[in-house]
Amino acid sequence: MQTVIDAHNVSKVYNADTIPVYAVNNVHLHLQKGEFTALVGPSGSGKTTLLNLIGGLDKPDSGHIIINGVDITTLSANELINFRLKNIGFVFQSFNLIPVLTAKENAEFILQLQKVHKQEREKRIEVLFKEIGLSDKLNERPSKLSGGQQQRVAVARALASRPQFVLADEPTANLDSGSASNLLDIMAQLNKEEGITFLFSTHDQRVIDRARRVITLVDGQIARDTAAVPVTHETIVSNEKP
Amino acid sequence: MWLIKLAWKNIWRNRSRTLITMAAIFFAVILSVLTSSLQDGVFDNLVKNMVSFYSGYMQVHKKGYWNEQILDNSFEASPRAEQQILANKNITGISPRLESFALASSADVTKGCLVVGISPEEENNITRLKEKVTEGSYLRDDDPGILLSEGLSKRLQLHLHDTIVLIGQGYHGATAAGKYPIKGMVKFGSPDLNDKTLFMTLSSAQDLYGAYNMLTSYVIALNDNRNLQKTAASIRSGMGEQYEVMTWEEMMPDVVQHIRTDTASSRIIQGILYLLICFGIFGTLLMMMVERKFEMGMLVAIGMKKIKLILLLLIESVITVVSGCLLGIMAGVPVVWYLNRHPISLSGETADIYERFGFEPVFPASTEGVHFFTQGLIVLVIGLLLSLYPMIKVTRLKPVLAMKR
Ligand SMILES: Nc1ncnc2c1ncn2[C@@H]1O[C@H](COP(=O)(O)OP(=O)(O)OP(=O)(O)O)[C@@H](O)[C@H]1O
Ligand SMILES: [Mg+2]
Repeated sequence: MQTVIDAHNVSKVYNADTIPVYAVNNVHLHLQKGEFTALVGPSGSGKTTLLNLIGGLDKPDSGHIIINGVDITTLSANELINFRLKNIGFVFQSFNLIPVLTAKENAEFILQLQKVHKQEREKRIEVLFKEIGLSDKLNERPSKLSGGQQQRVAVARALASRPQFVLADEPTANLDSGSASNLLDIMAQLNKEEGITFLFSTHDQRVIDRARRVITLVDGQIARDTAAVPVTHETIVSNEKP
Repeated sequence: MWLIKLAWKNIWRNRSRTLITMAAIFFAVILSVLTSSLQDGVFDNLVKNMVSFYSGYMQVHKKGYWNEQILDNSFEASPRAEQQILANKNITGISPRLESFALASSADVTKGCLVVGISPEEENNITRLKEKVTEGSYLRDDDPGILLSEGLSKRLQLHLHDTIVLIGQGYHGATAAGKYPIKGMVKFGSPDLNDKTLFMTLSSAQDLYGAYNMLTSYVIALNDNRNLQKTAASIRSGMGEQYEVMTWEEMMPDVVQHIRTDTASSRIIQGILYLLICFGIFGTLLMMMVERKFEMGMLVAIGMKKIKLILLLLIESVITVVSGCLLGIMAGVPVVWYLNRHPISLSGETADIYERFGFEPVFPASTEGVHFFTQGLIVLVIGLLLSLYPMIKVTRLKPVLAMKR
């Protein structure tokens, strides 16, 4: 198995000079290629912060994050942008898409940044839109799509660039349960059939249930990391209690 | 190419914002073009009137003549010097004059007057003296008669074809005296000139004063007032030490002073105009940055290089600002053209000066392309400089913070 994410001793402290908040505290995390992992934990436990660190959107105060053999904590801001473009797919909670571009153009956008030529772009997008079930919405603008459809387009965009893995911070948070489960279906299917590695944070038990590995964060530290034992609703609820 | 397409779509994502920006630029260009063409039209007209009125654009005298305007400060006519002056390509005409004072008498009255000996044709080319003839006819070369200004004729109670007697002091203390038929009457708006001027041919004047072959000045006409200083400098260096070369600005400093004050106040108006559009444009830019902050964070997060994002914003601003400017210039052309054909009449200080010299206070706008060009350029530069703001913001953009709600 190939390791795609290898985080050592990673910490991120906010307000270091007043009342320090250890948003991420000494985290060790290893993710293999092909994993389908949920990052859970109460609000403020550091999920977003950790995902931002792994995605190279933010720098840790200490520790190292090695992605596909590259220590991204040593990269400059510009190198990081380029690294993200080539290696990481992002799905955010909302407003993933450029409103003035159609669904297809939004997915195509990242390929244009990567300078993929036209024919190849068309091919990849056709396949991806079939997989997310939006072949008939290619030329719609985001405002004409439902929240769930928009998130599916975001997944398509994240995958179009053939990243090492996809990071998704609460991708279902703004969706109704039907759309959420539909998005999860698509993600799970892409994971199973194409071996795409997903790491996503969530509060939603039904989403957690679909994960093959669940990492629970409490106060910036990994409290539980289980692939074998499914996390139950009770463990989440108990985590959310102070 | 796709970046340009995206920029184009972004421009129209918020139609009213783009239209506000473009309208601000559009009106700024029109108004500033208008201010500057009107201003320039007024001054062009003023200058043209002033110089063709009496002084010409430049005069050459013997050194010291301007301070002490006496015949003994005259110089010998020199065809070689005339040729040399005319060789300058900015100079369109030259006319010799011999000016001095004399006492003019009719049967019962005697008045002091200014006798101007002229070369009729050349003089008319520069100061349009012929157009000022109200009665009788203009002087021919070798005409024995004179032209009398209307005010002076009234004071002397003289009429067309009467004879006038002149007595004065000639060159180097000689006595000057002569009798001349009145061939025509001329009218000047300036009371000063109208009450005391008398024109005769150059040779008559040289005879009268015993100043054979002598001149007090060469009056020089120029193709364009913009070449004034440059041409004066080149004539000055060509003529040598014994002459003085004076521009109309040196001879009529009060007119120059007036133009300066007026220009300064219209600069202030333009400054305020520029300031207003700055606020207008900046406001829309701030709006845009707030609206698109999250999206820009997202774009950098997924791997768009900041330089590309800056380029995108640059294309958007260039399209908006340039088209606003071009539309403004295009709309300005007919407006300025109209104000050129239908000149506005002014009142106030400028009009007073005009009336003092007897011109109609009416000002056609200047249709010079330079106004469109410079004002368009100024607004363009202001617009583009302001649009650096979002670009600078992008260089400091942190995706994590930009995407926080
Ligand atoms: N920019 C910041 N400045 C200061 N403190 C911050 C900042 N961002 C996050 N924090 C703090 O770091 C901690 C972790 O925040 P984080 O957003 O990672 O939590 P989370 O698990 O994603 O929460 P949620 O489930 O609500 O999204 C919180 O205590 C938060 O207040
Ligand atoms: Mg979060």
